[in-house]
Amino acid sequence: MALLEVKNLGISFGGLRAVDSFEINIEKGQLYGLIGPNGAGKTTVFNLLTGVYKPSDGKISLDGKNITGKGTIEINQAGIARTFQNIRLFKELTVLDNVKVGLHNSYTYSTAEGIFRLPRFFKVEKKMKEKALELLKVFDLDQEADYLASNLPYGKQRKLEIARALATGPKLLLLDEPAAGMNPNETKELMETIRFVRDTFEMTILLIEHDMKLVSGICEELTVLNFGQVLAQGKTQEVLNNPQVIKAYLGE
Amino acid sequence: MSSFFTFLINGISLGSIYAIIALGYTMVYGIAKMLNFAHGDVIMVGSYMVFLSMGSLGLPPYLAVLLAIAVCTVLGITIEKIAYKPLRKASPLAVLITAIGVSYFLQNAALLLFGANTKMFTSVISLPAITLADGSINITGETQVTIVVCVIIMIALSLFIKKTKAGQAMLAVSEDKGAAELMGVNVNGTISLTFAIGSALAAVAGVLLCSAYPTLNPYTGSMPGIKAFTAAVFGGIGSIPGAFVGGILLGVIENLSKAYISSQLSDAIVFSVLIIVLLVKPTGILGKKLNEKV
Amino acid sequence: MKRERIAKSTRSTWITLGIVVVAYVIMQILGQAGMLTSLVKGLLVPLCTYAIMAISLNLTVGILGELSLGHAGFMCVGAFSSAFFSLCMKETMAAGPRFFTALLIGIGAAALSGLLIGIPVLRLRGDYLAIVTLAFGEIIKNLVNVLYVGRDQEGFHFSMKDSIALGLGEDGKVLINGAQGITGTPKDSNFTVAVVLLLITLIVVLNLIHSRSGRAIMAIRDNRIAAESVGINITRYKLLAFSISAGLAGMAGVLYAHNLSTLAAQPKNFGYNMSIMILVYVVLGGIGNIRGSMIAAVILTLLPELLRELQDYRMLIYSIVLIVMMLFNWSPKAKEWREKYSLRRLVSKIAAKEEA
Repeated sequence: MALLEVKNLGISFGGLRAVDSFEINIEKGQLYGLIGPNGAGKTTVFNLLTGVYKPSDGKISLDGKNITGKGTIEINQAGIARTFQNIRLFKELTVLDNVKVGLHNSYTYSTAEGIFRLPRFFKVEKKMKEKALELLKVFDLDQEADYLASNLPYGKQRKLEIARALATGPKLLLLDEPAAGMNPNETKELMETIRFVRDTFEMTILLIEHDMKLVSGICEELTVLNFGQVLAQGKTQEVLNNPQVIKAYLGE
Repeated sequence: MSSFFTFLINGISLGSIYAIIALGYTMVYGIAKMLNFAHGDVIMVGSYMVFLSMGSLGLPPYLAVLLAIAVCTVLGITIEKIAYKPLRKASPLAVLITAIGVSYFLQNAALLLFGANTKMFTSVISLPAITLADGSINITGETQVTIVVCVIIMIALSLFIKKTKAGQAMLAVSEDKGAAELMGVNVNGTISLTFAIGSALAAVAGVLLCSAYPTLNPYTGSMPGIKAFTAAVFGGIGSIPGAFVGGILLGVIENLSKAYISSQLSDAIVFSVLIIVLLVKPTGILGKKLNEKV
Repeated sequence: MKRERIAKSTRSTWITLGIVVVAYVIMQILGQAGMLTSLVKGLLVPLCTYAIMAISLNLTVGILGELSLGHAGFMCVGAFSSAFFSLCMKETMAAGPRFFTALLIGIGAAALSGLLIGIPVLRLRGDYLAIVTLAFGEIIKNLVNVLYVGRDQEGFHFSMKDSIALGLGEDGKVLINGAQGITGTPKDSNFTVAVVLLLITLIVVLNLIHSRSGRAIMAIRDNRIAAESVGINITRYKLLAFSISAGLAGMAGVLYAHNLSTLAAQPKNFGYNMSIMILVYVVLGGIGNIRGSMIAAVILTLLPELLRELQDYRMLIYSIVLIVMMLFNWSPKAKEWREKYSLRRLVSKIAAKEEA
């Protein structure tokens, strides 16, 4: 059984069919790419998978559990975490606190325990801090832990977003154009990081990307989306050589 | 039944004043994206101008009104130039606080210049009242003039925005300031013009308000200002028809609840209706729906 | 490094609390030495009241990131509920426990009204939320002004019309008299009580900010969509912040009410004017800066009083100061000017000269 199973997923905005009969199966530990021209509906698929939009039809199951139509928070707790195309960090919080917010649901104490500084506050905060720094270290961000997130350079902001998503302890990680706005060197480094994350955390990753070098470099399988529909699906090289795919990208 | 009709007409008249004030709020909000808290106090300045020029200078009413409009227009433009223009790129809260500062300034300047005691305002309108249904319905001259003036202003303003270049520039600036500037629209000029029109309307509203409710002190503009602001939000802030609908509805609700429920509770009722409307339609009656893109 | 960071926020908290304690001690010494005028003495409790209001509003505006223009409404709820209780219990309870219970009642009533108003309105955004909170504040003020409550042998009587409509028996006594409000509240608060309450407010707000819930609240402020994506319950934390903020405003109300013998809801104490005045403290003290809003509240409350000799001109000057401060802080030209003549630059210039 695949980790993520999506059957016949669709959504309409008014009369527009943004995503139609979308299907995907992702095995545990896979690095999977979702590509397609601008406006093909890739981010909409992410929004459907994470509960930002409720699907008009279809079924989504994660690890055998039906999560169709669930809210964002429930889906996150079921094990899907994501990053955003336009980086969405907590800008006025420190780098460390950004990750701590990601740990919010796995390390808990009550508001009253926090306000009155009861023993549990110190105990849990200590553990939280250790865990957060451990994650930051993976992304080579531990030196900047006390910086405000908005003061990080662009590439590091992308990394921090991934670290924050991982902090929620997901089974499936969705990355929305992680290499957007990066230079070739940064992209290369990012590819290594993504691979490293998959290997160390035994993570399953689904990513949207336009950078074909990154896609062909790390994705094992691909789904190509065009006008809201699946155009091709399969092993990366096969898909990229598919004439229909080439046509969709280059136009008639 | 006839008393209901009288209350309704008076409500529409009060609502017309709110609508004229609300226009000032809504246009400035649409274009400068700021809540001009000082707008209500411009009304007060306009009323004092009429009061003084009729009383001390002995001007005829129409000249007094014209003078008041001119003074308020200049005042509006000046306030914008001195206090708001330098803050175009500042946080909305900073602008809000500045507007509050301007409001305090106008109130306290009026307090110094004109004194704290309430003046009795002489109506500028000498039209006779209309009596209907054997005298059981009585529509005062002030009520008639207020409603007519409001309708004329609404039509004129809509035509101005639709038909003139300056009006189109206003629409463009309210949609997208940057793009309008790139297209060669004089953004600063357009914002000044908006403040000028809003303040001129405030002067008109002030005269109508004080003619119908003939007391005048430095705080006269503040409560009608807040109510009109509420009316603008009620109708959908940024929308001119919204200001009209919101203003009239607010006036009618206020007057009817004063008449039939409780005169002391009318404010609470007006504000409760506002809250209920916003909960059902979060951007007001005629407001645009906003969606955040993920 | 970890210890360092916790230490940093903790140190900042201690400094803030220390400022309050030092100010309190100085005032006490000056008071003992008879160096305080009755004007200043009379201002001590109000200063703490407004500081508490400013801190609690900063929780909504700065930490939660929502604009509220009706904060005085919560203060009003706290003031009236607690003053009513204290008046009822004037003869039956000792001052200490009575004030403590009144405090709990005032905080509870205000927090509850914050929760009730928050559930429907917190989904509104920006200016719409601002106008709804403004409306709420006016409604509260209006309702309190038409509320009549009396008590006789048969128990409590309520009316929304006038005191005669209460139909009290011969021994009856009007407790809340409409626009005249509540008269004869025991004067249970004093400067020491006020400072203790101010310290409690600071501890609650600062500790909240530097805790798990506070981070969640600030995450919502910074990016609602991202906060939701990492599993933060938006509604829950917005309501939490809003009702704590309301509860603290209620506490300020209790303090206010028990410092006056007559409590009436007027535009200047519980209307939108008051809400706006508190907002001015928050913005001038720095949005999200708790210590700053406390200091701004104190300075801006003192300023008109210190200008009292100028009589009629004082509010005019106050308004000009307000406008000039905003322009000085935000206008591009002023920013340029400040860069050019900033103290730090001057100092480094002088240092450079000395080296040369």
